[in-house]
Amino acid sequence: MTSAPWWASESYWRKTAIWVTGISFVILILLTFDSVSQITAGSKRVPAYSVINQRIDYKFDEKRNFQVPVIGQEEPLFGKKLTEQEAEALVSLGKKTTQAKNCMDCHTLLGNGSYYAPDLTKAWLDPAWGSKEAREQLMVDFLMDPSDKLHNALGRRMPNLGITREEARGVVAFLKWMSSIDTNGFPYNFKPIDQSDPAPAAPATAAAPEATGTPAQN
Amino acid sequence: MAALGMLDSANLNGGQKLAVKYFTVAVALFGAQVLFGLLAGLQYLKPDFLYGVLDFSVNRMVHINAMVVWLLFGFIGSSYWLLEDESQHSVVGLGLGNLIFWVFTLAVAVVVVVYLFVQIGPGNDMSIWFINEGREYIEAPRWADIGIVVCVLVFFYNVAATFAKGKYTGIGGVLVLDLIALAGLYLAGMFYTPNISVDQYWWWWVIHLWVEATWEVLVGCIMAYGLIQTLGVRRKIVETWLYIEVALMFGSGILGLGHHYFWIGTPEYWFTIGGFFSALEPIPLVAMVVHSVFDSGVHKMKNSNHPALAWLIAHAFGNFFGAGVWGFMHTLPQINLYTHGTQWSASHGHLAFFGAYATIVIAFIYLALQKWRGNVWMSGGLVDNGWKWKWALGLLHVGMVGMTVALLISGYEQSQIERAIEGSTWMGYFAAQGHPWFVQGMVWRQIFGWVFAAGFVLLAWDLMTIGKRETRPIQALQAEAA
Repeated sequence: MTSAPWWASESYWRKTAIWVTGISFVILILLTFDSVSQITAGSKRVPAYSVINQRIDYKFDEKRNFQVPVIGQEEPLFGKKLTEQEAEALVSLGKKTTQAKNCMDCHTLLGNGSYYAPDLTKAWLDPAWGSKEAREQLMVDFLMDPSDKLHNALGRRMPNLGITREEARGVVAFLKWMSSIDTNGFPYNFKPIDQSDPAPAAPATAAAPEATGTPAQN
Repeated sequence: MAALGMLDSANLNGGQKLAVKYFTVAVALFGAQVLFGLLAGLQYLKPDFLYGVLDFSVNRMVHINAMVVWLLFGFIGSSYWLLEDESQHSVVGLGLGNLIFWVFTLAVAVVVVVYLFVQIGPGNDMSIWFINEGREYIEAPRWADIGIVVCVLVFFYNVAATFAKGKYTGIGGVLVLDLIALAGLYLAGMFYTPNISVDQYWWWWVIHLWVEATWEVLVGCIMAYGLIQTLGVRRKIVETWLYIEVALMFGSGILGLGHHYFWIGTPEYWFTIGGFFSALEPIPLVAMVVHSVFDSGVHKMKNSNHPALAWLIAHAFGNFFGAGVWGFMHTLPQINLYTHGTQWSASHGHLAFFGAYATIVIAFIYLALQKWRGNVWMSGGLVDNGWKWKWALGLLHVGMVGMTVALLISGYEQSQIERAIEGSTWMGYFAAQGHPWFVQGMVWRQIFGWVFAAGFVLLAWDLMTIGKRETRPIQALQAEAA
């Protein structure tokens, strides 16, 4: 055999492979600069950690045609407004706890992880907590010992992972902050917990009557 | 040289002696993967099984980590196997390579013992450094991350320096460049940030750019060498194909990374980029099927190692269906919105990792055993008619395809009921998990899991015995006309 046509030759494909790889990688790097700047905490898509001082909702956006996080009025977590540094420290404690307890090998976070337990992307907004006022305490109690609380009819239970109160508060802060991330409408069709304020005329009652101490009983 | 049929390391060159050590650990870890997969699968059906002792999270982590490491050991072994043949030079740092093999194996053992007996730690840096990093697939604590990088760098040095001192073939050149990328990308996963969007952005650099880019190119190199060995395909042909595959693989796979950036906080332009390039990802896999089947046909299937060639062909089809078709089915954002984070991904993951990677490592282990036993006959008419390898191949495939389809059915149900209708709330999740269609899928997955496990046992038995009573030398291959 003398020589292959140019389109079937070894040298043509070697050069093509090098160029295609190089160009693709350069494009990826350029896009990475842009994407990372758009997902840095404090950006429009990924709010600053101090967003845990505010109400977070998930509402349908007509223009984008899917639900987006909506940052609302002041509503500090555990009733205490935190500075940016304090908020970051608390969220970071929560994030480290989720890593050290290996949450991701049962749950999904932003849809990534394992499929043995529910997605946590909008856990803060989940209607299963019953009442928006009671949920933060319910979440802390649940995280500290979930093993005796039946979550579902399947008999699947979260094990007791030895989470301390402080770690549990961190995890709740992390989950609240995560629910504020603009995830392009994921999860779709999510029905968030009712966060509307009671009508001002009615006399306020301090207790949360529907709090049961267990999320997602069915 | 020892008698035919005897396992004797005198039959092997230096790199190959090291390779068989890697293969031995790889097969043991494959067994661990199957075992922990069975445990985790059973927990879907019996949630109290091993509850509080070996929880699902532990079993699932060991299941997948064992797989990542056994495939990595398989790739390293395969590279050492072909290194001296390709470069025409002995491995430059064989002693160091041997030392690193033992260090690597010991480190893996320590990590697994900690996974099983310590499992979790308090929410601080100590846990991340010494127990569990808690990031799916790369849970290995940070000390082990650093160890892995050191081991891979030594391996890289051995491969690159051996080719440099001997001669660079096309396969060698691609392999060396690919290993740079493979080692470099791992660094992208070695840092902590409280920002989960940034965390997952870089985490996907490791996971995706390993699995859907650099690993694919690595197996392309291994495939090229395997076809030369088993069929006697001309080097110019396999190397031209290898370049085509690299161009298509990196051309689609690098920006195909975008299909992981739909829902993690990253901008909407990834819908278009990720959707478009990941839709192209199956193309190089079609090329690999065409390439291997065409070559086999040209040689009228006359080959020197039937089990190895069968597993190479299984790789070509498994890669195409598992990675290509099953990946494409749910890669576009329009469907991924509902399937992301459901058993769809598990279905795809099972078939893709088995089809694309397990198969080709098994093929290479058969090639290795043939030479280890003194280049014995492994073509048609094996002792016992080769029933063990044929049944192992059959059972592993039936088991895997069965698991894949069962998981897919559960995934369909989950994406409909939990995602589309119920809107992914916790109630929606459990409504879907308790649905009879979902449960049926899990039952069938477990049954086919046992079939797969039976196939593994038979495979392990065959690997220990194939060629043992063989007295014929390897079938000579006709050189292709130039």
